[in-house]
Amino acid sequence: MELDNVEKLLEKYFEATATEAEESKLRAYFSQEEVAPQLEQYKPIFAYFSAAKEERFTKQVPLKPRRNYYKWISVAAVAVLAFGIYFGNSYRVGLEQERIEREQALIAYNQTKEALSLLAENFGKGTQKVAYLNEFEETKQKIYNQN
Amino acid sequence: MVTTTTEQLTMTQSEFLNVVMPFKDKLYRLAKRLLISSEEAEDATQEILMKLWAKNKMIENYRNVEAFAMTMTKNFCLDRLKSKQSNNLKLVHSNYADGSASLQKQVETRDSLSWVEKIMEDLPEQQKMVLQLRDIEQYDFDEIAELLEMQPTAVRVTLSRARKTVREKLLQKHSYGIG
Repeated sequence: MELDNVEKLLEKYFEATATEAEESKLRAYFSQEEVAPQLEQYKPIFAYFSAAKEERFTKQVPLKPRRNYYKWISVAAVAVLAFGIYFGNSYRVGLEQERIEREQALIAYNQTKEALSLLAENFGKGTQKVAYLNEFEETKQKIYNQN
Repeated sequence: MVTTTTEQLTMTQSEFLNVVMPFKDKLYRLAKRLLISSEEAEDATQEILMKLWAKNKMIENYRNVEAFAMTMTKNFCLDRLKSKQSNNLKLVHSNYADGSASLQKQVETRDSLSWVEKIMEDLPEQQKMVLQLRDIEQYDFDEIAELLEMQPTAVRVTLSRARKTVREKLLQKHSYGIG
């Protein structure tokens, strides 16, 4: 590259108006062993930039293995669902049984009530009959009194 | 169904490392430019990569993971510098002379390389970053503007100022050195 051209590019470089292509031309020029003596002063700048680009990050990054929570969420959901179906069903069966028992109890209650009322009715009849006995007693007293 | 979609979005550890491999050095170099100490820069880079890994599933949504990671690094380091300033701590580092090792030059040249490095250390943070991103990493102006959340014209102005300062201070050092 001609010296004149390099100087022009340098000017653009310091005004920050040089394009990427122009800047890479400058870098190429200054990476040479020999540069024009009046441009020697710029050499360290470009040399430093290319040296600085060589620095590497060499440390290990301790990445923790990340759990895939979503997978486990679906497993948990299935478990809850199965649990629900199983126990929900037995719960439902339990309710049904309870209902039947209650019905049976009602029937038994009604039957007992009926039986008891039958008993009571008959007791009533008995009491009526005892009333006759009372009448007999009264009459008997009357007879005693007359004598 | 749900399980398969999440699996597609989640990267494995090695896939993640493949994604960050091309730019992890750039993160480190930017961190070092700002924090100066290589140990602190290593810690910062480690932290950034771990944060990225934690965000892993979101990474797919970012058009440009590298730009995102660079911005994260910038913010992380600036925060660290700010808290250091308020804590009145000094940066301790012992790594002035690396980077020049790759250059098999005369002692003189090597000296002037570390001069450039020291000159860059004294630049304001914005100028450091612009110079780093343009002259070392060769990002284009639009990318730099996006990374640093600056206007593209402001990037050019800052870059020009930084380059001129480096030139000026290097010239001063040279004349001191010779005279």
